Amino acid sequence: MATAAGASGLAVAARLADRYGLIPPDDGGIYGVGETLTYAAQRILMANRSLAREFDRSQITKSVPIDGRPPEKESYQRLLAGGFADWRLKVEGLVARPLILSLAELKSFPSRTQITHQACEEGWSFIAEWTGVPLSWVLNRAGILPQAKYVAYFAFDESWDSLDMPEALHPQTLLAYGMNGQELPAGHGAPLRMKVPRQLGYKNVKFLSHITVTDTLKNIRNGQGSISPDYGYSWYAGI
Amino acid sequence: MRHSAVVRITHWINTLSFFGLLVSGIAILLAHPRLYWGETGNVDTPSLIDLPLPFVLVGQSGWGRSLHFLSAWFSVLNGLLYVLSGVLTKHFRWTAQLEEESSPYNLPQRVTYLVVVAILFPLMIWTGLAMSPAVTSVFPSLVTGLGGQQSARTIHFFVAGALVLFLFVHITMVSLAGFRNHVKAMITGGGYPRKDRA
Repeated sequence: MATAAGASGLAVAARLADRYGLIPPDDGGIYGVGETLTYAAQRILMANRSLAREFDRSQITKSVPIDGRPPEKESYQRLLAGGFADWRLKVEGLVARPLILSLAELKSFPSRTQITHQACEEGWSFIAEWTGVPLSWVLNRAGILPQAKYVAYFAFDESWDSLDMPEALHPQTLLAYGMNGQELPAGHGAPLRMKVPRQLGYKNVKFLSHITVTDTLKNIRNGQGSISPDYGYSWYAGI
Repeated sequence: MRHSAVVRITHWINTLSFFGLLVSGIAILLAHPRLYWGETGNVDTPSLIDLPLPFVLVGQSGWGRSLHFLSAWFSVLNGLLYVLSGVLTKHFRWTAQLEEESSPYNLPQRVTYLVVVAILFPLMIWTGLAMSPAVTSVFPSLVTGLGGQQSARTIHFFVAGALVLFLFVHITMVSLAGFRNHVKAMITGGGYPRKDRA
């Protein structure tokens, strides 16, 4: 009796949590318990759309180590050599008007500049100034359909990741094309990288090529919303 | 003296989550065994301390992070249960009374327990949360109050060290007072002779 009540109580809690977007896509296994607790707790805590801390210009880190290398594939190298004049960002999926945007078009949109802290899951960190278009602005221009739940983004290399709608529509979530007052350097993700200052560095995917708005992550690649679980890292990186 | 069921259960859940946190904490630390002070720090900036440990960059921090946060949830929820039941059953008041009554050897040990429960554990939680970009977006003073995200990381490391030191002292004291009897008492809730108290 008590077991049945407990089980049905848990089932109700799980359904409610799922309905309010409190279950991460990598909720399986024993570690999934911790991921779900962390994600749900932080989503409830951040219901007021809190802003990541911003800093003063004087606090910008002078020299920033570069993690990884620009994609070696020919398609990327050709665009890099051409100053990304022929590069396009595709915005597709559950949107009313799919977009194909050039770098010049992105730069003509309303921009935001922010000086934020980025920490790597390894433990090191830096502060930099980022300039770009809020992802929400581009998504609104494309017209997000009501059933949309996630925004997945893909790079020229095999990297990809996704954000839930609260993070995707957050004012500090940027499609960044500028760093410290300059064009975004190749090592830091030229021509465009995602900036998600309320999460760790690995969510800030570099070398973006396209964005897909979706209602489920189950049918995209590994079904866990990000390349990170392939390497043992969690989808949600707010801590 | 007998340990209540709540004290016994929370003790062993705490033991388990403590080792989960320690092992996973080391796995995370080895991804970057360098400590800094202030907001930022990386291989291009001066460090506060270079720990004499290798950089392990083959993805051990993935399971490390997952196990760390899972253990942290167990540790925190378990700790809440312990503190709540301690307040409700007056376990802590009983502890305070013992300080007055029993042998002088008990006083420093009880003070140590108090420091661990009331200072070191809360400090671990605070410095841990201060490293979370999501949590500090809601409560920025958690991290600014410590002098920055890297300061929080460094304090987290040293408080962890203090807890490991406490673990050695704790095990030594239990051993001196009779290891088998005390472990048995903490499992079964049975008593042991008064002179054998730790």
